[in-house]
Amino acid sequence: MNPDRVVGKSVPRKEGRDKVTGRSQYVDDMVLPDMIFGATVRSQIPRGRIKKITFGPGVAWDEFVVVSAKDIPGKNCIALIGEDQPCLASDFVNHPEEPILLLAHPDRHILPKAVAAVSIEYDPLPAIFTMEESERRSQIIWGEDNIFKTFLIEKGDLAGVFENADFIVEGEYSTGAQEQLYIENNGMIAAFDAAQGITVWGSLQCPYYIHKALMALCNLPAEKVRVVQMETGGAFGGKEEYPSMIAAHATLLAIKAGRPVKIIYDRLEDMVATTKRHPSRTRHRTAVSRDGKILGGEIDFTIDGGAYATLSSVVLSRGIIHAAGPYYWPSVRIRAKAVATSAPPHGAFRGFGAPQSLFAMERHMDRIAQAVGLSPVEIRRRNFLQPGQQTTTQQVIREPIDLVKLLDRGLEASGYHAKKNTFAKQNQLGMHKKGMGIAAFLHGAGFTGSGERYLSSVVGVEGCADGSVRVLVSSTEFGQGTKTVLSQIAAEALGLPYDSVSMAQPDTLEVPNSGPTVASRTVMVVGKLVQSAALGIAQTLISSGLLRTGYSADEFRVASQKHVAQHGQFRCWSRYEPPTGIFWDDQAYRGEAYAAFAWAVYIAEVTVDLTTYSVSVDDFVALQEVGKVLHPLLARGQIIGGIAQGIGFSLYEKVVWQNGRMQNGQMTNYIMPTSSDLPPIRVLFEELGNVHGAYGAKGIGELPMDGPAPAILNAVEDALGVGFDSVPLLPEDIMENPDKRGLAESAGATSTERSR
Amino acid sequence: MNDFREGPRKVEIAFTVNGEPRKVCAYPMERLLDVLRLELGLTGAKEGCGEGECGSCSVLMNGGLVNSCLVPVLQAADSEIVTIEGLADGETLHVLQQAFLEYGGAQCGICTPGMILAAAHLLQRNHEPTIEEIREGLSGNLCRCTGYSQIVEAVAEAARRGLEQHHDETGATA
Repeated sequence: MNPDRVVGKSVPRKEGRDKVTGRSQYVDDMVLPDMIFGATVRSQIPRGRIKKITFGPGVAWDEFVVVSAKDIPGKNCIALIGEDQPCLASDFVNHPEEPILLLAHPDRHILPKAVAAVSIEYDPLPAIFTMEESERRSQIIWGEDNIFKTFLIEKGDLAGVFENADFIVEGEYSTGAQEQLYIENNGMIAAFDAAQGITVWGSLQCPYYIHKALMALCNLPAEKVRVVQMETGGAFGGKEEYPSMIAAHATLLAIKAGRPVKIIYDRLEDMVATTKRHPSRTRHRTAVSRDGKILGGEIDFTIDGGAYATLSSVVLSRGIIHAAGPYYWPSVRIRAKAVATSAPPHGAFRGFGAPQSLFAMERHMDRIAQAVGLSPVEIRRRNFLQPGQQTTTQQVIREPIDLVKLLDRGLEASGYHAKKNTFAKQNQLGMHKKGMGIAAFLHGAGFTGSGERYLSSVVGVEGCADGSVRVLVSSTEFGQGTKTVLSQIAAEALGLPYDSVSMAQPDTLEVPNSGPTVASRTVMVVGKLVQSAALGIAQTLISSGLLRTGYSADEFRVASQKHVAQHGQFRCWSRYEPPTGIFWDDQAYRGEAYAAFAWAVYIAEVTVDLTTYSVSVDDFVALQEVGKVLHPLLARGQIIGGIAQGIGFSLYEKVVWQNGRMQNGQMTNYIMPTSSDLPPIRVLFEELGNVHGAYGAKGIGELPMDGPAPAILNAVEDALGVGFDSVPLLPEDIMENPDKRGLAESAGATSTERSR
Repeated sequence: MNDFREGPRKVEIAFTVNGEPRKVCAYPMERLLDVLRLELGLTGAKEGCGEGECGSCSVLMNGGLVNSCLVPVLQAADSEIVTIEGLADGETLHVLQQAFLEYGGAQCGICTPGMILAAAHLLQRNHEPTIEEIREGLSGNLCRCTGYSQIVEAVAEAARRGLEQHHDETGATA
């Protein structure tokens, strides 16, 4: 490699120094003159008509700014894909914790008492709390049939496939809701000025989503709405959409108060009121030949969207496209549906539907292996997609991916075969049962299908007056390293040192709409645009005669300075252009679903303690092909962090629901893994490259969320000889399984015998 | 949450923060976290949960690690407090801050101040912690981004450098 190259090196994180010194400014660290504090009065019932609102005694209500739906200048909705979710409920509430009223006061400590003093009388309406109830339509709570969206993927001809199969393997798998649990709770500050309009500063992923929502809410033109991202303390999808709601609330209060308003959620409010991962249920029915080849199958994928449509249709889309895993299906019919329940809307969380459907697929592969009498390794080997074959959407795999090789490398790194043999012997005795589990999977990078075409992202690169370079994007940093990697790409494109590139703060007044920071698209899609805009700067300088080809960094600086002196502001823009030869049919759900897929094989080693029924992950090997790795340290950090969340999803994190409301909305009773709960996670990369991404990069952020749950539950089955098909898998689930109790007793009996 | 104002009136409380004597006028039951952030402008300590579970508000009080969201400010009277702002020596980062930077110990950064102080507390008591001891020692501080590995590696490296520095210094005086 060229020693001067910037990509591929673990350069210092752009904002790292501020983060380790505590200087970074998150929204709650920001104070504006004259600022007051806002709070939200929420529904305490799942569904009903609002009858009467009473402001109770003991509160000096004249000191408060109170906002209801009547105060909304524009449309009472949070504009996203659809417009069904109100900003404030006016007549009806459709889920617990739905916002109804807003209060603001100069003293933030008075607010909880004031919120509690508002009493709301309702005429309750029947509510529904499970996907099955929603499907039965005993009550219609959304639209005409409780269905937000359906998709159908069909490939090949299923006629006769089941009749001619040697085996028909069926299974049903489910996943629970999961809280993103970023450590920084949601928060937003809004200020209003009649001349300038609205400005909001906040913890957020997608400045232009908020921009769109506030324009509709306040009936204001684009230039009168400004959204600024503060340093954001984790997001994971959880700050994709709900920040639009909080920004809307802060804005309404700020307009009415005539003063800046800050809303900061506490942990309980953040957990019970904001979005979570969609609970899911997947049914598989698969026709398999005697030699273990998948002949065809039916997959039925259903997700619980909660009370409003929000992002459910897109989550469903990614879920259905990933539902068949990295395997070749000659024929398949996949039906997917997102249904309404009377819970707060579920939303984006790293993986976005894929962890749900891939959990089912990879558990089901082990079930197929058992039915056919093959090992989990061999069943996968025989069914892996190969270059030239078509996915379920009939996308031809053009990448030279060799999944068998990936699997073999993973098996070797984990010591799979030797350990499996050892454990099989050891497990005959004692109360600690050990097992190995595999998950093979893929994750599409960027928006699905024609999504990137619709987004039509724009990025800018600026040659500054001091000769440095600045990248202008709305793509946000919230831990992944956006600022660092996009700076690397610009520096690499211009042949400049990393330090000569800086990033503009995401501020809609300043930066173009480079799309939302979601869908593992930032490095691959936005990065490619940064590369091309940066090249535009160099080409402009060269064609204007200010710079020679083969320039040095000093020459660039001087030329850029001259350009600014002669012509003023010096910026180049680059807009997304869809790759040629890419075809996607939104009606038939057929074609090139993603410009590139990342591929992975994860292997988990677990111990199940039959005294406590707890499962511990002892070793975890994560091997992935993510294109070229542009920053090895950050890439490894993304993978390990995603796996940690995946381990939480598998074994720790259970949302306890009652009447549509989360009952355990605290860190003391919703348990995420601590440093002493997690194993060493071994991260390995294959690097094939990718023609669609900046310097060969693919998406990386979501991939690691997909594999841990199936790998771990497959390992649990390997350890116990009894399988579980739902996550999270908690000790009580193992204890309550009748087969398991028998096993524990026999193991106990054995060890008692031995001690005698 | 606002109980503290229904109790005793505001009092003057003196303590040392990052080596400097400070005086504040506060309700005795106000949270140390709020006093640090709002009265003293030391916003490096963060509120993640408000109930002592996440550790992002960790500060050192008389050398011990406390969740400042659980400490009534009266309890901090006459104590020595160290926050993240007091760790670097001017522009020279503390060995832990430098290691976090180099080893990927900070991602979103919100748990980082508390995590670094927890690590400093651990290394004060144990100059050569094993990986297990580091994992155990930091288990009161939650991080949702990193999966902890790179934090643990950063702390192990800081311990190694700290020892080296210690040896250099003792070698120099000898």
